[in-house]
Amino acid sequence: MNKGFSLGVWGAGIAALAALFLLPAFLPRFYVYLISLMFVYGLLATSLNVVLGYGGVFQFHHCVFYGLGGYATALFLTKTGAPFFVSFLAGGFAAAVLSFVMGLITVRLSKLYFGMLQISLGSLVWAIVYRWYSFTGGDDGIHGISLPDVISSQKGAYYFTLIVTLVSLFIIYRIIKSPFGSVLQGIRENPARSGMIGINVKKHILTALVIGGFFGGVAGALFVVVDKTVFPDMLFWTLSLEVLIMCLIGGWFNFFGPMLGAAVVIALRTFVSGYTVYWALVYGIVMIFVIFFLPNGVLGYLQQKFKPTKGRAVAKEG
Amino acid sequence: MLKIEALSKSFDGFMAVSNVNLEVKKGEIVAVIGPNGAGKTTLFNLVSGVLKPDGGRIIFKGENIAGLPPHAICKRGLSRSFQIVNVFERLTVFENVQISLMARENMNWNLITPSSRVLIGETLKILESVGLAEKKDSVCGLLSHGDRKVLEIAVALGVSPEFLILDEPTAGMAPEETGRCIDLIKGLSDNLGLTILFCEHDMALVFAIANRIMVMARGATLVQGSCEEIRCNQTVQDAYLGGSDVC
Repeated sequence: MNKGFSLGVWGAGIAALAALFLLPAFLPRFYVYLISLMFVYGLLATSLNVVLGYGGVFQFHHCVFYGLGGYATALFLTKTGAPFFVSFLAGGFAAAVLSFVMGLITVRLSKLYFGMLQISLGSLVWAIVYRWYSFTGGDDGIHGISLPDVISSQKGAYYFTLIVTLVSLFIIYRIIKSPFGSVLQGIRENPARSGMIGINVKKHILTALVIGGFFGGVAGALFVVVDKTVFPDMLFWTLSLEVLIMCLIGGWFNFFGPMLGAAVVIALRTFVSGYTVYWALVYGIVMIFVIFFLPNGVLGYLQQKFKPTKGRAVAKEG
Repeated sequence: MLKIEALSKSFDGFMAVSNVNLEVKKGEIVAVIGPNGAGKTTLFNLVSGVLKPDGGRIIFKGENIAGLPPHAICKRGLSRSFQIVNVFERLTVFENVQISLMARENMNWNLITPSSRVLIGETLKILESVGLAEKKDSVCGLLSHGDRKVLEIAVALGVSPEFLILDEPTAGMAPEETGRCIDLIKGLSDNLGLTILFCEHDMALVFAIANRIMVMARGATLVQGSCEEIRCNQTVQDAYLGGSDVC
């Protein structure tokens, strides 16, 4: 295990952090917004990776928790007089509750069947949000959500997103490295054997799903802070697919892989779509290259290249 | 300690295990032998909860455990190893055993303490006792077959069972590895006082370590007895040992 990071890694980490805190002073508003979005999607992808990369669970419709978190925060802010702090956390907790309920139903199935049932249940939630005009605003969503002054500016939102993302990543990292996380990886490797050594596999997976759902919801609440809107597409399954792709591109056996994947996908979507409406084509080609040449994702490749350790956690061929 | 009464299981009408009776007393080493397809592994799968029996009872420490899920049976002190190596492939040898210990300590709900700080000494102790301490940082997918079989047993030992089921512990091992494995199993019984139920095709090994032997054929108990009785039994000779060497 990588006990004690080397000095270089620490140095690079601190430099990167300092850069992230100083960026808004130099960058135009649009880029500040863009980087905030990268944090939001990065946290979303990382929360998916808790169950996907570490738990080996095919959570195909993770965005339901993201969307629900966003809606919960938005509804709390617009329909109740609850303070911002409460509304923000409501996003995470609402997503965790939904994750628990959906998990109770889906955890009985495994692999692809789990994913398929999850897509159907998630689409059900999407349909409710999409049609319930009087409560959710239907396909219009909710716009112009007012936020406390400190975070209503683009810079304020950036710093808030940065801090919440860092804290969330730290918590997720600790969970992954805890005995809970070790056992979760054991379940990914071999669910049957995990049961044989006395682990209640379904209960364990369900807990992981709730944790992933919670941070997915936090990401949704962050989106409200960055964009001041929510809309039904946040719960649509195509976004789930995109988040799944972020994990794969970045590297789903690396903790920071999904963050990097999110940054790559957002950058591609933003800049390539400026040149051509066929940006999805570029996206597809990138995907094909990653699958063929970097089966462990970009970060997995870099790690293998620069730190040729014992090659742990390598994606199986094929 | 373990009492199997009239246990049966069928797959689509095929009686894989039919009306098996077996009693294992505390501290004993009991071997189950029989030709391929006799139902040995099915029997073990029934006892360890992988499969649910169609009929019969499995009494473990005075309680009927038939039909309980595997994790519940494991928590009662019964652990098993597998014929085909069944470990956590992409984790290291150390992590494999450590996870097993975490499960025993009910530590799997601990979200806070780093894994790198828990159960280190105990994990190393188990690895040393089976002779895998030097390879602790290897990813277990890259180990030799013999080492993997030993790791298989080490993972089963991690939960500190009172009763250990070993499904062909030496299958596919090289001769010198088999010798090491015999010593290991004997040590488990002598030093840790484990009760062991195992099945094996290597007759030398069976006669070397078993106190009692049960012979199975076509899903049913053919005969039970001490090593001497089995060695001299004409039915067993015909069904399995294949010689006419009756003493």
